Amino acid sequence: MTGADIIIETLIEQGTEVVFGYPGGQAINIYDAIYKRADRIKHVLTAHEQGAAHAADGYARASGKVGVVIATSGPGATNLVTGIANAYLDSIPVVAITGNVPCSLIGRDSFQEVDIVGITMPIVKHNYCVKDVTKLADTIREAFKIAKEGRPGPVLIDVPKDVQIADIPFENKPILPEKPDPIVSETDLNAAIEMINASKRPYIYCGGGVVSKDAGKEVEELAELIDAPVGFSMMGLAAIPHSNPRALGMIGMHGKYSAIKIKSKSDLIIALGVRFSDRATGNKNAYMPNAKILHIDIDPAELDKNINSTLGIVGNVKSVIAAINKRLEKTERPYWQNEIENIKALERTIPEHKSDMLTPYKVVDTVAAAAKPTTPIATDVGQHQMWVAQRYPFEGARTLISSGGLGTMGFGLGAAIGACMATNERTVLFTGDGSFGMNLNELATAVSQKLPIVIVLMNNGVLGMVRQWQTMFFNKHYSQTTLERKTDFVKLAEAFGAKGMRANTPSELEECVKKAFASDGPVVIDCYIDKDERVLPMIPPGGTMDDLVVE
Amino acid sequence: MKKFIIGMLVSNQSGVLTRISGMFGRRGFNIDSLVVGVTEHPEFSRMTITMTGEDYDRDQIIKQLEKLHDVYEVREMLADEIVSRELVLIKVAADRKTRQEIMTAANVFRSKIVDFSTDSLLIEMTGESSKLEAFIELMKDYGIIELCRTGVVSLDRGATCLKNK
Ligand SMILES: Cc1ncc(C[n+]2csc(CCOP(=O)(O)OP(=O)(O)O)c2C)c(N)n1
Ligand SMILES: [Mg+2]
Repeated sequence: MTGADIIIETLIEQGTEVVFGYPGGQAINIYDAIYKRADRIKHVLTAHEQGAAHAADGYARASGKVGVVIATSGPGATNLVTGIANAYLDSIPVVAITGNVPCSLIGRDSFQEVDIVGITMPIVKHNYCVKDVTKLADTIREAFKIAKEGRPGPVLIDVPKDVQIADIPFENKPILPEKPDPIVSETDLNAAIEMINASKRPYIYCGGGVVSKDAGKEVEELAELIDAPVGFSMMGLAAIPHSNPRALGMIGMHGKYSAIKIKSKSDLIIALGVRFSDRATGNKNAYMPNAKILHIDIDPAELDKNINSTLGIVGNVKSVIAAINKRLEKTERPYWQNEIENIKALERTIPEHKSDMLTPYKVVDTVAAAAKPTTPIATDVGQHQMWVAQRYPFEGARTLISSGGLGTMGFGLGAAIGACMATNERTVLFTGDGSFGMNLNELATAVSQKLPIVIVLMNNGVLGMVRQWQTMFFNKHYSQTTLERKTDFVKLAEAFGAKGMRANTPSELEECVKKAFASDGPVVIDCYIDKDERVLPMIPPGGTMDDLVVE
Repeated sequence: MKKFIIGMLVSNQSGVLTRISGMFGRRGFNIDSLVVGVTEHPEFSRMTITMTGEDYDRDQIIKQLEKLHDVYEVREMLADEIVSRELVLIKVAADRKTRQEIMTAANVFRSKIVDFSTDSLLIEMTGESSKLEAFIELMKDYGIIELCRTGVVSLDRGATCLKNK
């Protein structure tokens, strides 16, 4: 069997059903191997390799499986870079396979040769250039194992063309076992229990690790046992259902008032699968000076990296919380619940800004009313992303597909394609006019794959998030954030073979959403919203709770 | 600021050094020296890193190194539990008048003269870095033409060793 055949056979062996990618000279053998196995593996041709990388990422986020992307050498490989970095920063399991020039031409600046292994080294969990065909299958097997185990992340495998052509026997092997979870000592568990029992105002802070390890049930149980509220980083938002009354919402720079305020009153932060990113903590030197911190994460390097914990436990959040829950007795903390209720009541008195026009929250609410609890919700990056994070009532884990760590404008459409293919569910993309402009070419992919994706474009005519900073911190110097484009998104959608609709008012939007949710293929709903809408509350960068801007 | 020595076993493959030094650059870790060489086992290379920093820096470096797939074993090596050595080759200007004095100094420092010419001496010296530094300081008076240090290598005293996991 040729190296190219081995690549595809090994992908199938590893459980891959769908791959995203784009062919080219140094990947043509791999594509021939795909052609011959069209009945056993589906390949989705995107418009651009970046879209393919985001699709593999979105696929992985929605399904919990490894996303796979294939590209040719040179420009094909470099087009993957943003997508790989995006997966790296959010710890998403992705395997990227690139073709390269034959070994004999490597290092000679050959046509379409780049050192993709060197280029991606700082943004992958691991990468390989396979120069020996006898190592090819085992390398791919190991790549899947590395991508999935512990703290997941992207792995890249570069395969020179002569290795794709070389012919050797192939045999399937069982899937490699993942590295066992770290063992948590009895001492640490007891110390954690003691901290929790001693706490009067415990607060659970839930991050992407809880989603990644499917530990939502355990977190809900913990919250119940210790009578604690739950706040989330953006990556952790969908970890437990919004309908659980203990779920407060997002914390951090654009967090919810109650989620932030209640956290500031807490005397014990139980931080689960979080990395205390600067967007979530603000000024880390003034972070919760009076609270103890119990930090549980699978990656030892996250403990005490950004915030020093009172107790750090390295382990799989799911099994560690389960072990803690087993040792806890149910305790009620009525005074704490009282305080929490008071803060929530105070929050309700903050007037929500009303308008007959479409407000961002109205857009989110209208879509949420039409969607199912299992509907994947992808976003791009900007104000619209924060409005969705603040407002959308996420019910199912893995329903929020959003670029957290890298904040990649242009992530959304590719990711929505991946999520839609992973779940076979109608998928929603909330995007902005700036972000959509970056990778809207993937509309072509959504059309060719007949994917039911509802693209809700929050069209404010500006790069709203940057503009908001200019409003607040740069004396309204709106430098290069007013788009002044004349793009007609309805016609654009139609030109791609999708449906296009426009909504200027709440009732028009309701009408559009109803139609969109009854359509077969992709639909773009162009929603006009005011360019001066702001994302509030906001803790300015490097600030603390005391700097919170509410209105 | 303290000095730390970190010993590690890594896979003996091309690209491993780039991966490790690249990670230091990316995360802003400052290291003083890094030495890598083959070991008794063909699969592994051994690295010794010296760095100056706070406990936090050392802990982060070790934890980030542990995450790299090519790193098999990594830990701090405590100064009083190890033997550390460094080698320097140093070329010093030497004429009829100064040559004898330099040779005497070299002798006192237990170093070797490895090359001799009419206007220079090439001296090889091995020892702890502090000893090398004292000698280099001394040679400045005579005029150092060039010098080359290997960086520090360390092994544990006694039976302790950095074993492959
Ligand atoms: C690839 C990329 N380039 C630049 C940025 C910086 N940036 C963050 S938000 C934003 C504006 C986004 O505009 P839009 O998509 O229209 O969303 P809005 O904020 O208006 O809702 C920009 C330019 C980024 N995050 N990603
Ligand atoms: Mg915009």
